Amino acid sequence: MARYLPNPVNNLMADAMHGRISRRDIMKKGTALGLSSALMGTILRAESVGAQGTPAAAMPAGYSIEVPAGLPDLTGTTLNVMLGADGPGAAFDQANCDIFAEATGATVNYLKGAESATDRLTFYQQTFASSSNAFDFAMIDVIWPGILATHAVDLSEAVANSGVTYFDRIMQNNTVDDVLTGIPWFTDAGLLYYRTDLLEKYGFAAAPATWQELTDMATEIVAGEAASNSSFTGFTFQGAAYEGLVCNGLEWQFSNGGGTIIEDDGSVSVNNPNTIAAFERAKGWVGTISPQAVTGYMEEDGRGVWQAGNAAFMRNWPYAYSLGAAADSVIAGNFDVTSLPMGDMEGSSNAATLGGWQAFVSKYSESQEAATAFALFVASPEVQKARAIERSGLPTIADLYTDADVLAANPFFERLLDTFQSGSVARPSTASQDLYGEVATEYARTLNEILNGTASEVGAAVEDLAGSLEDIMADL
Amino acid sequence: MAVITEQTVPATKTKYSRAPKTAVGRQQERLGWILVFPSVLVVLLVALYPLYETVRLSFTNARLASAREVRNVGFENYQRILEDGLFWSSLQRTLTITVAAVSLEAVLGMIIALAIHSNFRGRGLVRTSMLVPWAIPTVVSSVLWGWMFHDNYGFINSLFYRLGLQDAGLRSWIENPATALGVVIAIDVWKTTPFMALLLLAGLQIIPSDVYEASTVDGASKWQQFWQMTLPLVRPALLVALIFRTMDTFRIFDLIFVLNAGATTTMSVAIYVQQELIQNGRLGYGSAGAVIIFFCIGLMVLGYSRLIRVEEG
Repeated sequence: MARYLPNPVNNLMADAMHGRISRRDIMKKGTALGLSSALMGTILRAESVGAQGTPAAAMPAGYSIEVPAGLPDLTGTTLNVMLGADGPGAAFDQANCDIFAEATGATVNYLKGAESATDRLTFYQQTFASSSNAFDFAMIDVIWPGILATHAVDLSEAVANSGVTYFDRIMQNNTVDDVLTGIPWFTDAGLLYYRTDLLEKYGFAAAPATWQELTDMATEIVAGEAASNSSFTGFTFQGAAYEGLVCNGLEWQFSNGGGTIIEDDGSVSVNNPNTIAAFERAKGWVGTISPQAVTGYMEEDGRGVWQAGNAAFMRNWPYAYSLGAAADSVIAGNFDVTSLPMGDMEGSSNAATLGGWQAFVSKYSESQEAATAFALFVASPEVQKARAIERSGLPTIADLYTDADVLAANPFFERLLDTFQSGSVARPSTASQDLYGEVATEYARTLNEILNGTASEVGAAVEDLAGSLEDIMADL
Repeated sequence: MAVITEQTVPATKTKYSRAPKTAVGRQQERLGWILVFPSVLVVLLVALYPLYETVRLSFTNARLASAREVRNVGFENYQRILEDGLFWSSLQRTLTITVAAVSLEAVLGMIIALAIHSNFRGRGLVRTSMLVPWAIPTVVSSVLWGWMFHDNYGFINSLFYRLGLQDAGLRSWIENPATALGVVIAIDVWKTTPFMALLLLAGLQIIPSDVYEASTVDGASKWQQFWQMTLPLVRPALLVALIFRTMDTFRIFDLIFVLNAGATTTMSVAIYVQQELIQNGRLGYGSAGAVIIFFCIGLMVLGYSRLIRVEEG
C-alpha cells in the first residue's frame, strides 16, 4: 500500500478507508479542515469502499489528482518520461503517467531516474551527447538550466498560452538566453527546524531571528543537555563537500549581505568582508554547537541526529517536516519550522537557497508537442495541488499556498509563502551556465576545508576561491 | 606467474627472431595468427581503443554534453594539472595510503599465511572465514565501516568510551583531518589483508617440506628458517602480491567515494580525476589526469618487473 503522509487530510482518509469513522463524522471533520467538495467526495468514496472491506487497494497514489481541462488527443503517441527515482514517491509519479495516458490516449512509459542528482545529471549529459531520443521528457534540477539549455525545447510560448502564473523567481532562473528550459514544477527552499520543547525549557520565547541568536541559544541548550545526553548537539546542517554545502554556504553569506558568489553579470563577488564573517561564524560552530563530523554530513545524516532527538536546530529542506511529524518520530509535536536566520552586517536579510525541479522537454524527442503537453500537465495547478497534498511538494504557483486542502495537509506552507516566492536565493547556475559544476565543486571544497580546519585562514581561503572562480569564469 | 614468464620469454624471443623456414612452419604460423585474432581484436577494442580515446581527449578542451567547440589545446591540460596544488596533494596522499596500506597488509598477510599454513584442527574453516572481508564488495564494507565510525551512533565511539579510552561525546573519525587518512588505511587493510594472505599461502605451499626437515637436522632455529629459507622462497609470490596490491591501492576510489566523497582530506588521485571528469564534466582535463595515473602505474609495474627479473637472475 502506498504510504500516506501523516497530515489531517490523510489521517481522515485513512480513518475513512478503514471504516473507523462514520460518514457524518467525515463530513464534520472535513468541513472543519476546510476541504473542497471534490476532496470530500473522494474521502466519502473511500469510506464506502472501506466499508465493503477492501481498503488500501481502492485508494491508489494520485487519488487527489483532478484531471485538468483541455488536454490534447494524443492517441498513437508514445512518450518516455524520466521522472523520480524508485522510492516512496514512485507510486505518485506512476499515477501521473497513468492519468495522463488515460486522458489523452498516449502511451506513457515511466523511466525511473537515478536518486543521486549528480548521477542523474551525468546520465542526461551522456544521453544528450549522443543526441539520443531515449526520453522525451525529464525532470531537471533548478541548477541545471544553464547546463542543459542547448538540449531543451523552448517552453515559454507553451507556458504563456497555458495562462498559469508560476513564481517569477524560478521562471527567471529557468530562462537562459530567452529560452525557457523548464516549467517550474515543484520547489524547495532551506528551512530552519527547531525544537519547541527545548526552546521553552530554556526560556526562549521565539525561534532565533539572527545567526548570532541561534549560536547563543544552541550554546546554552547544549550546555544544559550535555549532562543527560552525551550525543546531544546544537545545530546540524549539510557540511560535506557536495552540492548541499553550496546551498548552506550561499544562505550564510547571502543572509549576511555577502552576495551570491557570482553575480548575474558574471562577476565573481565571493571575496568580501560579509562573506568572510559569515564563514568565520560557521567555522566557529564546528566542534561547539555542531558536531565535528558535520563536515561529512549530508541531509540524511543530520536528519538522523535531529529525528533521534539529539539536536536543537537543523537546517534542512521541507521534506524533513512530514518525516519528523510521523507517528514513529520521537520529536513529533515538539518541533516547528521557520525561515532561516539572518546575519547582522549591512545588507543582511533572510535567505533560503532555491531548490526544486523543472519539467523539461528534450529537443531530440520526436514527440515534442506531446512531451510539452505532459510537462504542462504535471506542472498544472491541479497536479501540483495533488503533489502538495500527497507528497508535501511545494507548489510553484502562489494561489496554491492559500488553498484550504493544501494547507490542511501542510500547515507551515502559509507562513513561508514569502520565502518560497521571493525570499529564496538562487545558486549562480545561470551566470556560470555549463560551468556551474566546476563552480560548485570549487566552492564546496573550499568551504569544507574552512569548516574542518584544513584551511586555517578564512580570508586567504576565500581569496584563493575567488581566484579559482575567476579562472573558471574566464573559460566561459 | 613469475615461473611462466621465465619459461616463455626466451622461447618466444627465438621464435620471432627469424621467419619459419619450412612450408609447414609457415602454415602453422598462419594458423596461430588466425587462432589468436579474436583475442587480439577484443584486446584492441576494449583496452587499446579506450586508452587511445583517453589520450586523444587529454589534448583537447572537450566537455561532457557541451555545445562548445572542441579544439586541440596541446599540453595545456597537463600543464594546468601539474600546476594544481590539489592534484599534487592528492597524489602525495595516494602514495601515503599505498605505502602504508600495502606494507601493513604484507606484514599482517604474512603472519596470517604462516598461521594458517600450519596444521591445526578447523584449518579449513579458518581459511574460509578469513576470506569474508575480501568477499564483501568494497562499497558495502565502506558503508559498514562508515556507520561504525559514525560520530553519533557509531560502534567505535561507543566501544572506546566503554573501554575508558575517550570521553563521552561526538568524536569524529572520518571527518577529522587528523584521523581521516588513518580510517581509510585501516579499512583498506581490513579488507585486503585476506587477499595478501591467500597469495602468500599459495607461495608457502609450493615450498617442499624436506628443506625444512633438512635444516632442522642441521640445527636451524625457527627464526633462522623464516629469514633464510621461507622468506627467500616465498619472495616471488610476495612480489606478485605486492604488484597487485600496489596497483590496486594506487587507484583507490570506491572506498573513499562512499566514505566521504568530496572532502579534500581523503582525496586520492582517482577521486580527483573522477570529480573533474564527471562532476565538473571536463573530459579533456580529466583525461589528462587519467593519463598521468596510467603512467604512474606503468612506472610502478616496470619497477616491480625489474625486481622480479633481478630475482630470477
